[in-house]
Amino acid sequence: MIPPEFEYHRPETIDQALVLLTQHGEEAKILAGGHSLLPLMKLRFAEPAHLVDLNFIESLRGIKESNGLIEIAAMTTESQLITSPLLLDKCPLIPDAASQIADPQVRSRGTIGGDIVHADPGNDHPAIMLALEASFVILGSNGERIVPASGFFLGAFDTQLEENEILKAIQVPVSVAGSGHAYCKLKRKTGDFATAASAVSLVVEGGVCKKINIALTNVGATALKAEAAESILTGQTLSDLLMEKAVEKAMAICDPAEDLRGDREYKIHMAGEMTRRAIREAFAKATGGG
Amino acid sequence: MASTPEDKQRKENLAGIGCARKRKEDPRFIQGKGHYVDDIKLPDMVYGALVRSPYAHARIKGINKDAALALPGVLTVLTADDLKPLKLHWMPTLAGDVQAVLADEKVCFQQQEVAMVIATDRYIAADAVELVEVDYEELPALVDPHQAMVDDAPVIREDLVGKDEAGQGKRIHDNHIFSWEVGDKSKTDATFKKAAVTVKEEMLNQRVHPCPLETCGCVASFDKVNGHLTVHITSQAPHIVRTVVSMLSGIAESKVRIISPDIGGGFGNKVGIYPGYVVAIVASIVLGQPVKWIESRIENLSSTAFARDYHMVGELAADKNGLIQAMRVNVLADHGAFNSHAQPTKWPAGLFSICTGSYDIPVAYARVDGVYTNKAPGGVAYRCSFRVTEAVYVIERMIDVLAKKLAIDPAEIRRRNFIKADQFPYQSALGWSYDSGNYPAALDKVLEAVDYEGLRKEQAEKRARGELMGIGLSTFTEIVGAGPSKACDVLGVGMFESCEIRVHPTGSVIARIGTISQGQGHQTTYAQIIASELGIPSDQIQIEEGDTDTVPYGLGTYGSRSTPVGGAAAATAARKIRDKARKIAAHLLDVSEQDLEWDIDRFRVEGAPDQVKTMKDIAWAAYNNVPDGLEMGLESVNYYDPPNFTFPFGAYLCVVDIDKYTGETKVRRFYALDDCGTRINPMIIEGQIHGGLTEAFAVAMEQQLVFDESGSIHGNSLMDYFLPTFVETPVWETDYTVTPSPHHPLGAKGVAESPHVGGIPCFSNAVNDAFSHLDIKHINMPHSAFRVWKTIHAQGLDKRT
Ligand SMILES: Cc1cc2nc3c(=O)[nH]c(=O)nc-3n(C[C@H](O)[C@H](O)[C@H](O)COP(=O)(O)OP(=O)(O)OC[C@H]3O[C@@H](n4cnc5c(N)ncnc54)[C@H](O)[C@@H]3O)c2cc1C
Repeated sequence: MIPPEFEYHRPETIDQALVLLTQHGEEAKILAGGHSLLPLMKLRFAEPAHLVDLNFIESLRGIKESNGLIEIAAMTTESQLITSPLLLDKCPLIPDAASQIADPQVRSRGTIGGDIVHADPGNDHPAIMLALEASFVILGSNGERIVPASGFFLGAFDTQLEENEILKAIQVPVSVAGSGHAYCKLKRKTGDFATAASAVSLVVEGGVCKKINIALTNVGATALKAEAAESILTGQTLSDLLMEKAVEKAMAICDPAEDLRGDREYKIHMAGEMTRRAIREAFAKATGGG
Repeated sequence: MASTPEDKQRKENLAGIGCARKRKEDPRFIQGKGHYVDDIKLPDMVYGALVRSPYAHARIKGINKDAALALPGVLTVLTADDLKPLKLHWMPTLAGDVQAVLADEKVCFQQQEVAMVIATDRYIAADAVELVEVDYEELPALVDPHQAMVDDAPVIREDLVGKDEAGQGKRIHDNHIFSWEVGDKSKTDATFKKAAVTVKEEMLNQRVHPCPLETCGCVASFDKVNGHLTVHITSQAPHIVRTVVSMLSGIAESKVRIISPDIGGGFGNKVGIYPGYVVAIVASIVLGQPVKWIESRIENLSSTAFARDYHMVGELAADKNGLIQAMRVNVLADHGAFNSHAQPTKWPAGLFSICTGSYDIPVAYARVDGVYTNKAPGGVAYRCSFRVTEAVYVIERMIDVLAKKLAIDPAEIRRRNFIKADQFPYQSALGWSYDSGNYPAALDKVLEAVDYEGLRKEQAEKRARGELMGIGLSTFTEIVGAGPSKACDVLGVGMFESCEIRVHPTGSVIARIGTISQGQGHQTTYAQIIASELGIPSDQIQIEEGDTDTVPYGLGTYGSRSTPVGGAAAATAARKIRDKARKIAAHLLDVSEQDLEWDIDRFRVEGAPDQVKTMKDIAWAAYNNVPDGLEMGLESVNYYDPPNFTFPFGAYLCVVDIDKYTGETKVRRFYALDDCGTRINPMIIEGQIHGGLTEAFAVAMEQQLVFDESGSIHGNSLMDYFLPTFVETPVWETDYTVTPSPHHPLGAKGVAESPHVGGIPCFSNAVNDAFSHLDIKHINMPHSAFRVWKTIHAQGLDKRT
């Protein structure tokens, strides 16, 4: 449980960080909260020769709102997400999900950017990002680009982020009137990743579901967007029958790996059950019942 | 006698037996000022790290150390070939087998110790481990003890081929270690044949690990000049370590000093002697420098002693009213690759024969067969006396199975079968003499406290609505305090316990006891015992343990033996001092000894209550004014050999609600009544019960070391292995009755393991009870959400209509 030797760098600006990343190329890794990277290094599954620590770059922290978008800097920690008045008011799904991640120690250092970029199938933020139709502000030596969450996650631990690029911020739309959100996560214990989880974000008008996003955690190589399930419910009033149909569609896209949390059958059913619960809870919130 | 307010005050001043005194060790622990093995730093200290096998079963074709040795800072790399000339490549186990210290030609479990790198710092050692090249030829692995016993199974222990004995009786297969039988087989079989009702169930006590927060490790330091070896070590039995180290190394036992400093939990995991310790000692002798070796969490969970892995078949025979007439148990015990379970040497299945439990079962028979598999060696008592958890599990589950078959309420069937209060001392069918108990009273108190009938009514209503609610009972009897030396020894050393007490001239005391606390609060409790016996306030009594140079020989702390045996030694040693003090008091007061009576903290002359000498006065006189013919000083030693074990008991009740769509079990209520005889410190008892119940909860619900077919271990880190935090832990309600042990000087029985032993079947019975209206007889632990859901789903209970 001791990593091999590495060089530690502490840039104070994004530009310095980009220079270091370019300079060391493949040998370098960004260090954010360290709660995914350092365990991998201690197990010697990852052996970067250079660590570029982003913790001392002021501009990578903070949450602000402009033009109907909330922008969350990548180095914002989970515990900052949980206590942000802005998010609690205008994007409550993020604090809700963040409070279900790991334990207080992990949440006080782990960052939203690290959670997204690491793209562990068990990480919670990727599904949240899909459910919220978020976009990512990415910086490289060639400048800045903005990429939608949809399509960003390519596979387990694999995203559209290029080597030497930094995820700078996450943009999410401010939630509108009549919207409701829920993140239902089944886990064995505190500090565990999801056995299965489901993120739901929807808008209800006059009892009719105008729009719904459903995304699943840890039942595939990446977070999964349950589009077929969404279309069952879009434009409909919620009924038990439709709910069951939607849940069935969500279960149909699951392709989980068996592990000590359970076998495939269990995980697929749990993705279904979490989806059922999340839809119900989001609906109740949207219609003032939650 | 203590009737006046002044008497009461004097008694309270002692903070002795019965006082809920705050733990003396806590100020240092909660300030981070504990001193553990890994805190020890000695001049010139170097670091060892182990190269371990990635395979469960493989031949070693070669080991190349060159690259590792070439790394600057690496001092040496030791393998079996290096230990061979010293005859230390194998070592004897506590169970009469031998165990490879470093793998000799083959590895028999994943993570087995293959080589140790010694380097000037810990980081270099870790790098060098990666550079040791081992050439393996993989062999088929056996992880299931049933498979290990089939005719043409691969042979795990080639070193034993042709030997029909491995230290514990006859072997009947190359992968077989021993058969152990107890009871009257033919009478049992005959009773089963005639019985009106019989039940039979297979049940597994899954392989788990005690997982103390502090992993194992040591700092071995050999002084080449004077030939002294000092080892700081995470050991629950430092004197046994000293004897074994002396026997293995040839160094005189008087030149070996073993020190167990603060220990961060043991739970049986720190009884054994591990290869890492032995190689670190050898390395220190070779290099003449202190060598530190500390395990990582993964190493601890994968290679040091596990617990359980008992594959049991339990059977009961009864009449139609549920009166049990006979019990039969057959066990296949998976001991892993070497038989290094930690039990008293003559007990290959520990005290498993306590399996008739709290019930008056006229005839019984049990047989245990130990087998080798390609898994880590061990088989320790995880917060229990030896194999008592397994025994209590099988009887407490089986009585529920019988109750279900006969449609008798689980509380009622227990009541019908209890050993009655007037049957003590009770002779069990499998040979134990239970010291004391009152089982029906304990059960009744619990049932009343929780409104048992109300709970059953609620359960019936919930069932009608399709909800799953379970009520579990456990009315267990433990056997602790090993043990009478005629029955129990470790490598030939009787399992007595010792205490030495010195009263200083000014009336304060140091006492040294052969046990070693790992969180039990010995500094607090022992001082209270001595305080009451000597009439000296417990705050003035220092307790020292764990240093073999200063403490008299003791067998250590495990199997709830500290209070039953160590506490008895402390009381007996204190009484010797009081006897001498009486002589001195008589001399000072110029009366005869018979004229004196003991009065809380002083002797007084009968009939002349103002004529007194306090213990403090007497202590001073002991160093300047003793009667003719009496030695000066005020000290004593006692080696206490208990006449019997003690038999704590309890009645537990657990209520669970199961979410039928996720399989999650919520423990709504857990009521634990314990009877541990005389209660020395009620607050420490309460703490021990909370801890034991929490570990029982962990075992019953989630803990398991899992192996795949290739013998790879899974779940060997805290990401998977379940240690409940405050979040998962249920709320505990505790209660007690007091039935003193008639043979213990204080009437005390030991308590810290009861909640674990009694708790596990209670949780398991509750989960099983949630399904008792269905055609399900027994569900094995762990009752994780996943496994419970499997049962629910197979029954179609999660269907939505
Ligand atoms: C016990 C435990 C339980 C956990 N449980 C959960 C859980 O339930 N749910 C969950 O979602 N997570 C869980 N985690 C993971 C945790 O949330 C991590 O903090 C998170 O996955 C990574 O974020 P980090 O800030 O710690 O990143 P790091 O570990 O520092 O980095 C992770 C990866 O992202 C890269 N990276 C980080 N920031 C950036 C950036 N701004 N731009 C480009 N690349 C970047 C790093 O180079 C690295 O490859 C758990 C972790 C632990 C230790």
